[in-house]
Amino acid sequence: MTHHHDNEADGISRRHALECMIWAGTGVLWTISAGVPVSLSLLGASQAAEALATGFTFLQISDSHIGFDKAANPHAIDTLKEAIGKIQALPQKPAFMIHTGDITHLSKAAQFDNAAQIIGGAGFDVHYVPGEHDLIDDGNGQAYLDRYGKGTKGAGWYSFDQNGVHFIGLVNVVNLKAGGLGNLGADQLAWLADDLKAVTASTPIVVFAHIPLWAVYPEWGWGTDDAAQALALLKRFGSVTVLNGHIHQIMQKVEGNVTFHTARSTAFPQPAPGTAASPGPMTVPAGQLRSLLGTSSVTVKQGGQDLAIIDSTLA
Amino acid sequence: MIRFPSRVLVVSPVTFGLAAILIMVAMPLNAADQPMVKIENFAFTPAVLTVKQGTTVTFENDDDIPHLVVANDASFRSKALDTGDTYAFTFTKVGDYAYFCGLHPHMQGRITVAP
Repeated sequence: MTHHHDNEADGISRRHALECMIWAGTGVLWTISAGVPVSLSLLGASQAAEALATGFTFLQISDSHIGFDKAANPHAIDTLKEAIGKIQALPQKPAFMIHTGDITHLSKAAQFDNAAQIIGGAGFDVHYVPGEHDLIDDGNGQAYLDRYGKGTKGAGWYSFDQNGVHFIGLVNVVNLKAGGLGNLGADQLAWLADDLKAVTASTPIVVFAHIPLWAVYPEWGWGTDDAAQALALLKRFGSVTVLNGHIHQIMQKVEGNVTFHTARSTAFPQPAPGTAASPGPMTVPAGQLRSLLGTSSVTVKQGGQDLAIIDSTLA
Repeated sequence: MIRFPSRVLVVSPVTFGLAAILIMVAMPLNAADQPMVKIENFAFTPAVLTVKQGTTVTFENDDDIPHLVVANDASFRSKALDTGDTYAFTFTKVGDYAYFCGLHPHMQGRITVAP
């Protein structure tokens, strides 16, 4: 596992800053700074202040698993409400939210309805991509598309632009192959190549999808088979930030021009790679649960090269 | 088949009824006739199973996360199985059936159906 590169030139090592910020909050708050998303945790305090003054912020929530009621968290609906409450109380209002999938646990209509009511209660626009738990209705994903498929292609992928940043929502949880990992598929990759044609290399790119687009731990299925083809299409861009969920814990790495980051769940934690018999829900002492759940905030600073990400817990 | 002494069949209806009950009790205990694949810790157990043609195999999900049983050749596919849910499929054709979890495709198993 590669962690974020230290950058002593910032006066504070990025890894140190990230570790500090992990203790600080509820989500990942992403900031776009100079056109590049940086989690606020990666910036020094003065840089973060500047980013907030000149850029904009968006918020990532993930893996709310509405309907989950097992030992690891019998009240997943309550912890989502807590997360939304913390988002509403943020001094710096995000411009919008993204949800990186597993909105529901079992794709039931009531679960989608509850999630929409709670998340919608925050009053922000929300851009969704599905997780595998959102596509297990009898219609094999029709329930998700009926709610969130408007204006999307294929299984629900799309792009949009905000404040000079090109956002791309990808779907890597359909047509999964025996023995494989997450899957984007030829149709989506062709669409991505076409979508990027009109985007200049200096435009910051934010890609979001449910399963990590890098090989976090293939033994547990934590990766995407054809991610390399998507990343090849993104090579010419100066700043690419990839935001994922699925693994219910924070992982981050930087590879060339690409920063990868996964967000916490608002429902239940999962074990670190290889530390348990399976990646299933991890039951922790009741007092510890909220320190392992959270959201992420991202700040985009105009003219900078990194986006700032702040991961905040519910504790 | 479970066989009873032929004399049971010619005695009173009461005795015959008891024999029928004995058969019903005996069936579920016969693993060869009612094989079960457990889904636990993101794995199929047993991962490899050989059954006779015509056997019904039951898959049971014991995880806190839903799973979905799909044949590689699409010859069978369960709905999403929540905790405690089961899916039964009767294998009427001889052959090798590789299968996987449609949600977590690194989970794989194989059922061989012998004549």
